[in-house]
Amino acid sequence: MEQFNGKSIYNGIAIGRILFYSKNQQQVKRNKVEDVEEEIARFESAKAKAMEQLQELYAKAVEEVGESNAMIFEVHSMMLEDEDYNESIYNIIRNEEVNAEFAVATTGDNFSTMFAEMEDEYFKARAADVKDISERVIAVLTGLEGEAGLGDEPVIVVAEDLAPSETVQMDKSKLLAFVTRLGSSNSHTAILARTMNIPALIGVEISEAWDGKMAIVDGKQGVLFVDPDVATLETYMEKRKREDAQRELLLQLKGQPDVTKDGRHIHLYANIGSVADVANVHANDAAGIGLFRSEFLYLEKDHYPTEEEQFQVYKTVVQNMPGKKVIIRTLDIGADKQVDYFEMEQEENPAMGYRAIRICLDRVEVFKTQLRALYRASAYGMISIMFPMVISVSEVRRIKEICEEVKRELSDSDIPYGDVELGIMIETPAAVMISDLLAKEVDFFSIGTNDLTQYTLAIDRQNPKLDNIYDAHHPAMLRMIQMVIDNGHKENCWVGICGELGADTTLTERFVRMGIDELSVAPSMVLPLRNIIVNMSVD
Amino acid sequence: MRQFNYVITDEIGIHARPAGLLAKEAKAFASKITIEANGKSAEVTKLMAVMQLGVKKGAEVVITAEGKDEDAAIAKMEAFMKENL
Repeated sequence: MEQFNGKSIYNGIAIGRILFYSKNQQQVKRNKVEDVEEEIARFESAKAKAMEQLQELYAKAVEEVGESNAMIFEVHSMMLEDEDYNESIYNIIRNEEVNAEFAVATTGDNFSTMFAEMEDEYFKARAADVKDISERVIAVLTGLEGEAGLGDEPVIVVAEDLAPSETVQMDKSKLLAFVTRLGSSNSHTAILARTMNIPALIGVEISEAWDGKMAIVDGKQGVLFVDPDVATLETYMEKRKREDAQRELLLQLKGQPDVTKDGRHIHLYANIGSVADVANVHANDAAGIGLFRSEFLYLEKDHYPTEEEQFQVYKTVVQNMPGKKVIIRTLDIGADKQVDYFEMEQEENPAMGYRAIRICLDRVEVFKTQLRALYRASAYGMISIMFPMVISVSEVRRIKEICEEVKRELSDSDIPYGDVELGIMIETPAAVMISDLLAKEVDFFSIGTNDLTQYTLAIDRQNPKLDNIYDAHHPAMLRMIQMVIDNGHKENCWVGICGELGADTTLTERFVRMGIDELSVAPSMVLPLRNIIVNMSVD
Repeated sequence: MRQFNYVITDEIGIHARPAGLLAKEAKAFASKITIEANGKSAEVTKLMAVMQLGVKKGAEVVITAEGKDEDAAIAKMEAFMKENL
């Protein structure tokens, strides 16, 4: 067994034989021609044929991957009609009295080199598009065109690089995964792989000798196994089986609204811990982000993250969630998470110590930096802000004062911000008991069941000796949740759950009947919950 | 000669598709229409040349039209840029 690392484009697992794919090697030869005008006519007719193919590809891609991803073929048509590109081909044919193939190949090389030398990643990646259109015309000229044949059995396609048109042309039912040496995660082929849900790795040192060998692509870890041993193969077969079940569910449920049979709409959102997770939110079709843990911004740095650093992250996330709600939780850190620059003292009992909003209200400048970044990002999408570990009304009032200060400062500097919903985590028994009062202060509640269970049952979840008395479904918990929902609704405050209990499929129906408005769960749990919601009735 | 300045707001900048559509619009006019950015200029009808300018978000471009239908051309260009870029 050999193991190779690459960059993952799509998180999936594929097991199968490798097909080493090499383009119909278009060895373009330079030939002298007698009649240059006839050669130009040959080029024109090949171009017309290529335009036709591109229109067909566009139609095929619209059907398979949607209009926005199909646009690349429209762009290819436009490029093929570009004046300078055509001019260059005519000139080479006329001045050098050479064949059209050679003129197209030379022009294609020149133009793609120009793009490849540009600084910006987006423009750099266009080099592949120029190559793709040039190769298309050459294939028509030489009569070597044809579908990328994959054979009868589904295969893992290994190639130096793949053009978007090659990706779309391949028969999806015969395609298990892509592995390429070149390519970028911004390339169209990468985008197509993602939308087609095909596991893909790039940046792998490929070898032609792999052709026909058994292999495993693990898109989660970014690993390719060639000639896997039996144990590895078995592990991955099991993993893939679970994935297939999930994908099956996805196909049936994707695009469906989260509405019960009798019409109750539940907001089914996803929990994320970093920007990279957003792809998973989309892959699992969540209607929004119900908990974006902002801690990672602090944990991965050796200094307080600046306003600008945070703003860029929040902005990226909301821009990737157009028209969808993104609920960001402010810093939730305590002595149990070691961040040196916070200079926190060791505590006997960090769960009940100096943490989360308690730090923020004590170190107001740290808090304001985060709030400014959040409000600035709110100009780019639907941001809601959520505050952790609240125990009193006075804390919430102080938070709101600080938010007002931040908004005032932004307005004074003419910095735009949008409407922002403010909510709190309900994760202390105190907050539950005064939820009627808290509901008057905020727009929403999100119940953090992990901490709430620990504080309510007085059970430390890290202590294995207590496992036998730990009951996640304890009646005290369910009563508290009901109380929070009822108190929230009296004041038009919507109520959700973002803790682990929200993803407990044995409780989903019960929560819906209790009146919960939102459930925010790990991305992989969105579809299993949707499955329950769309098949149940409230009454 | 007519001209206007415009600051690009599109996230990627003047990318392939809008550049292609812009070229199409420009071809409908008799006037010579050019775009200037980063100290370089290109004819708007030439998609690849426009992309070669590598215009990114926040960059200021100058669009110039010269010819008998320059008024209509500049109006169309301005409307297109505002809507798409």
